[in-house]
Amino acid sequence: MSIRRIWATALRILQQLRHDPRSIALMIMAPIFLMTILKYVYQGQPQSFQSIAGSALGVFPLLIMFLITSVATLRERTSGTLERLLILPLTKLEFILGYAKAFGWAALVQAVIVTSFAIGPLGLQIAGSQLSLIAIAVLDALLGMALGLFVSSFAKTEFQAVQFMPAILLPQLLLSGLLAPRASMPRLLEIISNFLPLTYAIDATRKIISGTGGFATDFAIIAIFLIALLGAGALSLKRRIK
Amino acid sequence: MPSSICVTKLRIVRSGKVIVPELSFEIEKGRITGILGPSGSGKTTIFRSLVGVQEITSGEILVLDLIAGSKLLRNRIGYLTQSASIYPDLTCLENLKYFAKVLGTSQISVEEILDLVDLGKNRNQLAASLSGGERTRLALATALLGKPDLLVLDEPTVGLDPLLRIELWGLFHRLADEGKTLLISSHVMDEADRCDSLLLLRDGALLAQGTPSELKARTGKEEMEEVFISLVADQ
Repeated sequence: MSIRRIWATALRILQQLRHDPRSIALMIMAPIFLMTILKYVYQGQPQSFQSIAGSALGVFPLLIMFLITSVATLRERTSGTLERLLILPLTKLEFILGYAKAFGWAALVQAVIVTSFAIGPLGLQIAGSQLSLIAIAVLDALLGMALGLFVSSFAKTEFQAVQFMPAILLPQLLLSGLLAPRASMPRLLEIISNFLPLTYAIDATRKIISGTGGFATDFAIIAIFLIALLGAGALSLKRRIK
Repeated sequence: MPSSICVTKLRIVRSGKVIVPELSFEIEKGRITGILGPSGSGKTTIFRSLVGVQEITSGEILVLDLIAGSKLLRNRIGYLTQSASIYPDLTCLENLKYFAKVLGTSQISVEEILDLVDLGKNRNQLAASLSGGERTRLALATALLGKPDLLVLDEPTVGLDPLLRIELWGLFHRLADEGKTLLISSHVMDEADRCDSLLLLRDGALLAQGTPSELKARTGKEEMEEVFISLVADQ
């Protein structure tokens, strides 16, 4: 594995992003806009804002990175650039890690700005540290990226790739405990939710907001999902077609 | 003459459709070989199998004495795909620099290669805003990076103005003089005369192989188009 090629790939992806200022603006402004709406929707119930806005800080980066990555990698497949790269001395893992690095940085910038905005102007109170909130947001973003990378191999068109969001992410969101406590779900759904990465993402954010601690286990579980998905993503890239 | 590519009894079936029934040929080192045939004759599929991205059904392909697709070939083949595989949302320079870094070649050669394909003035232009011909030249530039021993170029001159076409053929001949092997596909028969050797292809099968003058002499025709038609008629 070559660090140089991973760096080069990450730099290239960030350069592509730089030439697309509208996407950068959407990446930052969309979560800020949504958080602001949440603030006023729950004006009469500040307690609900606390709990929902906190979880949303983990969910937004995940959704956005999922969409961006699944479309970006699909584009690499359909435009022939991926095939072109894989006949050069670039390994599949280097390619995937390049994406992880680039979007990890992008997620970090997003998380710093959005959490600062939520804690500052929107008055979100967190008992834990902003640093751990940023850390979980970045980890969630990477999880979204890894999921996007992996599912994009099952999509033939950008149309299909985008549809994977409601198909893959929304069920996880419904079961994650964001809407209803998991303990109140039918047993089967609760068991299923134990195997879904988003559950731990929401769980960790909640713990950081309420300051109960003990989110290290969640971090570890998300990291395991992340590594497994990145590995699966690398395997799903085919150097040779039938 | 040692051979650069040696294809033996190649058969390619893709989703139930026979693209190449059985094909054997050799490509000599340091020469320009043209693969000519109408579109749909299997040129691109054969090229893809040579660079190792197309699975073959049976047969053997040796490229620079290694099995096609071998890891050791990854920095020795320059491949130009038919639709330019470049990043439209990067500038010319950024595109080339990225591919150069992946190959591990020096960044100085990037500037030289941009001039070589006459894109020096477009260096900071986004690839998306290039014309079709310019985009092909940018993709060609990425294929030339790292001075590969073998260049596999799928329709490199399509959509180029005649002056530029002549310039590119000049470049191809200079590369061949340096000892590089070039395999160039085209469906324009009048480009055949610029090749040292020709493979005429139809429906994935070899119609004829030889130098342009040999093929003309064999069929008694002057124009390559007529040579092709007469070979098909004899089949």
